[in-house]
This record gives sequence, C-alpha cells and structure tokens, in this order.
Amino acid sequence: METMRVQNVTPNDLPWKIRYDASRCTLCGSCVSACSFRAIEAKVERRRMVFSESEFPEPKARFSAVPVIRQARSIKNYCRGCGICEKVCPNDAIGPLRNPDNRHPVVTRCLGGDSIKRGGRKNLEGAQRTLDKIRVGRISQMTDPSLDAQRHTFDLLAPFGRILPPKKLPLGVGPEGLLQSQEKTPPVHWIYPVIVGDMSIGALSWRMWEAVAMAVAYLNEECGLPVRMCSGEGGVPVRLLKSRYLKYMILQIASGHFGWNRIAKAMPHMVEDPAGVLIKIGQGAKPGDGGLLQANKVAEHIQAIRGVPKADLLSPPNHQGLYSIEESVQKMFLSFNAAFKFRVPVAIKVAASATSVSVFNNLVRDPYNIVGGFFLDGIDGGTGAAHEVSLDHTGHPIVSKLRDCYLAAVAQGRQGQIPLWAAGGLGKTGDLAADAFKMMALGANGVFTGKLILQMAGCVGNDQGRCNACNTGLCPVGITTQEGPLVHRLDVDRVAQNIVNYFLAMDQEFKKLLAPIGNSSLPVGRSDALIATDHAVADKLQIQYAC
Amino acid sequence: MCRIGAIKSLNYVHPSMALQLMQSQQKGHDNSGFAMVMHDLGGIFENYKHLPTLSMACTDEGIKLAEEMLHEAGFQRVMQWVPETNPQPGLDINAMPNYVFETFDFPKHYRNGEAKEKEELLLDMRLKLRRLLEEDEQGFVYSFWPDVITLKEIGDPRDIGTYFNLWQPDENFTAKVITAQCRQNTNYDIVRYAAHPFHLQGYTALANGENTFYLKNVEFQRKLHRGYIGFESDSQCFLYTLHYVHRELNWPLHYYKHVVTPLPFDDIRQREDKEQLLAIRQSLAHLEINGPNTIIGVLPDHTLFTCCDAKKLRPVVVGHTDDTVVVSSEVCGVNEVLPQRDWETDIYPNEREIVAVTNELEVQRWKQ
Ligand code: SF4
Ligand code: SF4
Repeated sequence: METMRVQNVTPNDLPWKIRYDASRCTLCGSCVSACSFRAIEAKVERRRMVFSESEFPEPKARFSAVPVIRQARSIKNYCRGCGICEKVCPNDAIGPLRNPDNRHPVVTRCLGGDSIKRGGRKNLEGAQRTLDKIRVGRISQMTDPSLDAQRHTFDLLAPFGRILPPKKLPLGVGPEGLLQSQEKTPPVHWIYPVIVGDMSIGALSWRMWEAVAMAVAYLNEECGLPVRMCSGEGGVPVRLLKSRYLKYMILQIASGHFGWNRIAKAMPHMVEDPAGVLIKIGQGAKPGDGGLLQANKVAEHIQAIRGVPKADLLSPPNHQGLYSIEESVQKMFLSFNAAFKFRVPVAIKVAASATSVSVFNNLVRDPYNIVGGFFLDGIDGGTGAAHEVSLDHTGHPIVSKLRDCYLAAVAQGRQGQIPLWAAGGLGKTGDLAADAFKMMALGANGVFTGKLILQMAGCVGNDQGRCNACNTGLCPVGITTQEGPLVHRLDVDRVAQNIVNYFLAMDQEFKKLLAPIGNSSLPVGRSDALIATDHAVADKLQIQYAC
Repeated sequence: MCRIGAIKSLNYVHPSMALQLMQSQQKGHDNSGFAMVMHDLGGIFENYKHLPTLSMACTDEGIKLAEEMLHEAGFQRVMQWVPETNPQPGLDINAMPNYVFETFDFPKHYRNGEAKEKEELLLDMRLKLRRLLEEDEQGFVYSFWPDVITLKEIGDPRDIGTYFNLWQPDENFTAKVITAQCRQNTNYDIVRYAAHPFHLQGYTALANGENTFYLKNVEFQRKLHRGYIGFESDSQCFLYTLHYVHRELNWPLHYYKHVVTPLPFDDIRQREDKEQLLAIRQSLAHLEINGPNTIIGVLPDHTLFTCCDAKKLRPVVVGHTDDTVVVSSEVCGVNEVLPQRDWETDIYPNEREIVAVTNELEVQRWKQ
C-alpha cells in the first residue's frame, strides 16, 4: 500500500462536495463546460470487475477504464456550490452538497500562504436580524383613519443634498407678503428613497451594469419613479457621461480616483448634470479596507474606462491627504461642489463604525453647509472582493448606528439637514420595502442597496457561503465577471425587467405600509410607529417594547 | 373627541357667550374641562392693555412664591382681579384653591425698553414661575402677557361656569377675542397644562384632533426655542410651529399652512414660487403635521384664523354677522350664539386654505 498522504487536498476538505451519480450520467459534458470555476473535470477511472464464468467460483478480474466526472481536488479550483452544474445537467446526475465538516479555512491558508479573499457577502450566521424583531405597530383606526393604499397619492421622495436650518434660509418678505429668495441655496434633489448602491463597472460585468442603468432609466421615464443609481468607483462609459441619462447617475469618487480623469474630460460635453457626487470613504462589508479589483477582472474595456494597466487595482483604505474631518469637508466637498458649479449635491459614504456618530456630528455642525448626504453602510453589506478576515470580523451593524446618528441630530435639532441614507444587509430576506420603511421610521431619509440588485439579476450566492466568488472574475451567471462567455449568460433585458418589476412591487409595498400609519409622505423619524418584540432592541433604539 | 370654538367681535363680549358656544356642542365632547384664552381685553383690564397680566391657578403658598419671584425681578403689581367663586356642593369641578389674574408694571429699567426685550423678559419670567411652582404642584402658570387672560379648569364646563359665575354676563370681564375648548386631554393623564388653548408670547392655538407627527414635531421643536416646553398635549406643537413661523422666522401667516401641511411635490413643481415652497418643505420637514385636526389660532395683533389638516378629517365652520365672527367645530355652536346671521354666508374651510379674520372683522380666505 502506498504511504497515506493525508495532507493532500480531497473533497472532504472543501466547503462543497460534488454528488455524482455515474449511473445517470450520459457524459454529455455540459456540467464541465458550464462550471466557470473548473471545479469539476472529466476523468477516467480504472474499474475492476471480478466475475466467475464457471459453476464453481473461479474468480477472474476484468479491468476497464470508465470516463467519469470528478471534483477537482484543489484549493484553487474548488467547488463554490453555485449549482450551475446541477442547472445544466439534463439527468440530475450531479450537484453540490454542503460539507459541514470541511477544513477549508485552514487548508487554504496552509497551502496558499496568503490571506483568503472572497466576494459576495458577510455570511453572518445564526442570529435573527434586528429588523425582524421590529414591526410597524401603530395602526391608525377610529378617529384617525388609515389611508387607502390604492387610491391615495403618496409622496415617496427623499432628499439628496444639504438642507439648511430654517433660520439660515435666505428668504425675505417681498411685496404682497410673498417670500422671496435672496440668494442661492445648496442644491437638493428629491429622489426615490431607494438608491441602487454603488457597484462599479469593473466589479460588475458591462452587461450587468448596462442592465441596471437601463432599468433605472426605464423606472424614471416610464414608471415615474425617480430612482438614482450610483456609479461605484471606477468611472462611467463616456457615452453615458455625454448622454442625457447622466442625470440619473450619482458619480462616485473613492480613494483610488479611478475613472475621474475621464469624467473630468467629459465635463465640457455633458448635456446634463449628474444626480450627485458620492465620496466614498469606507464600505460596510470591509470597513477600513480599500477597494480591490483583482487583475483577472481588469479586462480591456475596464482598463480603458479606468485608465489603468491590467493589474490588481487597489484603492487605498484612506483618501490621501485627509487629516481631519474638517479638511475632508473643505477640500473634497468644495472641489466637487465647485466642479459642477454648486449645482450638484455632494455626499459622503462611510462604513458604520463605533465612531460614526462623531464623524456625523462634525459634518452636521460644519458651518459651510456643504455635505449633502451621509451614506452609512453597515456590516451586512456585500462587496466585489475583500479579504475574508475583514469580511467576517470587522464592521458594525447598521440599525443601531443609523439610529444613533439620527438621535445625535435630534439632540442638536438638526435632523434632516444632512440626509441620512442607510445600507448594509437591507432587503436581505428579499423584502426591501419593509426593511427600508423601518429604517426610515428610525431616522433614515432613504436606503441604498447593491447586493439585492444582484439577486434580482439572478445571483446564486447566498449568506451561507454559497458562491461568493465575485472576486474571481468567474461569476457563473455573468454578473461580476468580464469573461465574454460568462457575461453572455446574462440576459440584459430580463435583468432590467426584473429590476423594474421589483421596484414597482416595492413601491406598492411602501404604500401598504404607509397607509395604516396614515402617512402620505415617508415616515422619517416616526419611531412612534414601530414596536420591538425584543427588550434589548427596544431599549437601544428607543422604541416601544411589545410582547 | 373634542370641540373647539372662537369668537371675535368688534365689541367686548363676555365669556358666557363662549360657554354657550361650547355647551351646544356638548354631545361631541366629554365635559371633562373648560379652558379659554381671552385676547384684547375689556372691562377692568381695558386700561392696562400694554401691561402683562399673569393668569395662574395655585395654592396659597403658590401665590406667595410667585409674587415674591416677580417682586424680586422688579415687577410691580398694578391690578389684581380674583374671580368671585361660587363653590356650591355637587359641582363637578376639581378647582385649585386660587385663581389669580394680576397685572404688573415692568421693572423700572425695562419700562422704556424695546418691545422685543420686554417680550423675551415676559417669557423668561413665565418659564421661571412655571418651574418654581411645578415642585409639589403649587400652581399652574398659564400666561403672562399683555392683554391676555387664560383660564383652565377640570370638570363639567357647565359647573365650571357656575363656579366662576361665568354664566352671568357683566361688563367687567370681557374681551374682543375668546377661544375656548371643553375637554381635558383624555388620551393621556389629565394634566392641567394639557388643556387647550395654549398661549405663548401673544400667540394662542387650540385644536380639535390628533397630531400623529407629534413625536417628529416634539423632537424638532425642543431644540428650536426655549419656550417650546411641556408638550403635555400633541396640540402644543401647533402653537409652537405658529410661533416659530410667524414670530421667529417672521413669515406671513399663510406660510404657516405651507409648513404644517405642505403641498405634494407634484403640486409644488407647478407653482411659480416652487423654489421657496420647496425650501420650506425641506427645512421644516419636521414641523409637518399629520392626522385629523382643525386648528384655531390667534396672533399677537388679535387676528383670528383657522385651518385644517391636509385631508380635512375634522370639521370646522365660520359664521359671521356685521359685528361678530364665530369659529366652531359644529354649526350648532354658531346657531346658538349667532341665531340671526345669514347662514348662507357660513364658510366651511377646505383642506388647502386658511380663513383669517382681521380686526376690522374682514373674513379672508387664503388658498394655499
Ligand atoms: S456547483 Fe458550481 S462550482 Fe461546483 S461544480 Fe457545480 S458548477 Fe462548478
Ligand atoms: S453568482 Fe456571481 S454575483 Fe452572485 S455570488 Fe456568485 S460570483 Fe458573486
């Protein structure tokens, strides 16, 4: 017998094991060609058959070579559990099975000598979500009737832009007792309370990005929902920059400044202002970590849009030259405000953190009134790529942090002046309207969402470790990849349609939640409408406890 | 449910008229109290219009404490009127031992001061008195303002009227504007301060209904002005917003409507003044009100007005004759006190207007 090589990687070390039924397999090869991770391969197995041809046992052996499908035994090409093989198999002969006893976290580190990287989501386990312990508990009835969700007209709009304290409004009484503006006020756009979160055109495939942009344009022009989309860091196709659809786009700038020279160059040719500028300081899924686009995703068009060579693209964790919050306010905001001649609101996105409230306080007190939005991203968000250790062990939940920021504003009488936008795992259960509604009642003006948009497009990843391979450039459904054949798996029109339909459904659901509390407009700050079924949650969020 | 009413007249009228106005609507309220604020005073107060009158219900100790405090601050009492009470057995009234209406002259160094300065002093003084008497419930300070008197009591309005001899008209205790309401805040604990009308620096407001944006309003108002305190009733928010918009921001009254019930965005976009309306909706978003309610308000110049919530979920009617205008939750109230009027000229304000009555008794309708 050969010496046992227990250190060799075998499927039982890996997070997923392939279930394969040779008796059903016709060896069509569909699964092997469909698996973008090369986690299965065609192999030939040697088989031995023992038989006897005489009346008495006279065992003979026959050897044969049988073609089979086998799981790759590699920490590089390991099965992600994406289930694409199962999808394409005509005979139900193959599929992934979760392997609860796997040794993947140890084996990968031991063999690779490198940190583990992953895309996708947090994979926070177990605990019930805070938002699921909250209900809309104040129901209007009797003398304060509920509204008719079908017939009433609702004002489902949220501000994006800096709102002045009432005493700073430059309004004076003119003739006939009418108020007149004496000077310009910062730009504020009233938009749909759900922004399509910042996913860059490098993180997403060009078809996916196009599908999202199409859906957003359709929602605006055909459905009357002023939905905005944030570009993510990584530039915008020039054609879009020069088109009238730019007005639906919030341009993002992050520490890598990717794509901004193109944007700057396109400025003189812009026929519309962008919807806003979002300066990204941090991201909830991997706070304290910069952006990461691995070289295998930096395809030619990405190099062009970003103006970079094919290499790992790292955004530093910090904006260079930012020594203080005041400085960030003055330098960055002023320059972006000035770039668009103070017509475009500029907001900031930070990762939720123990110190978010102090950052927020500094911004809300800034005397220049130029920060047009505070985007707070919680731990449970998604990402294109990150070190697993950051993904799994750093970050701060969004719900209480958003509430803390709102209450900090209340304590100063400055609520609403810097609109609060929240994200990080919202809509995780598929029901974004409910999550968004509760966040608004806790003080958010609106929410932004990225991961859920991917789910709408057909992402097969989940929060139990399925797939989460967005960093590899091998997304099996063509969402987060730049590989031609994979990208073509994605049906642009159907993705756009799914997104549009989801927003329409969500819009209905918002109304179904607004009607019983009697609100015609968004329930920002109406924490009196919420109850919590958990004492600790009720205490922390300062809402009513009910059981 | 509650009922509210207001009378504005070219002549001085006696509170018995307000009692009648409210009594006829008694089926609609629960007879749990009576409260009124009188502006533009006649009778014994007529010669003291420029001097502040303290309206207070208190214990004997309360009077002492308050007077000491005022005295120390340099206020000098020039007039006092203690209503003659009629404490018959069997009256449904939960009266404080003393009702005090005292008029004071300003401290010497304020006498020639700016109006604004005096007004701030009066507010500070009232807040101090309120805090002083709050301990051990020694008393309730309802108003301390020139030409304004407030009375609030718990019990059956009819009995309260009897107790204070208010059913009997006389020449001594009159005003040109009287606002009244007949219900304690029954949603929560019964607190004297929770009874409308509420008064602050010459502004009075009372409301019929419920403000479901109470929490939003309170959270914002607490930080807006030192006088925005108490919040024993969700309707105080209406007063504070009125005070803020009209006095602090110095905007004309019709913008009050744009603040409390802003137009939908679609409507704003159609307007010529969209820039201003949007700015208002943005910056004062937390002063928007919601739920069913009708508000009656009085301004320091004695203008009387009324407006409703954005869905018009509570009724109100304005009836008038040549010398008197009556605002009432129910038309039976107007019928009772103005039986001779031409009811065809009654106004039922809609959800997008303010009906205001000037001192010349001109009734104006401002469309939002
Ligand atoms: S589940 Fe996905 S990764 Fe695993 S073998 Fe099948 S196709 Fe490949
Ligand atoms: S399906 Fe694509 S987008 Fe979804 S987790 Fe896998 S790699 Fe990421």
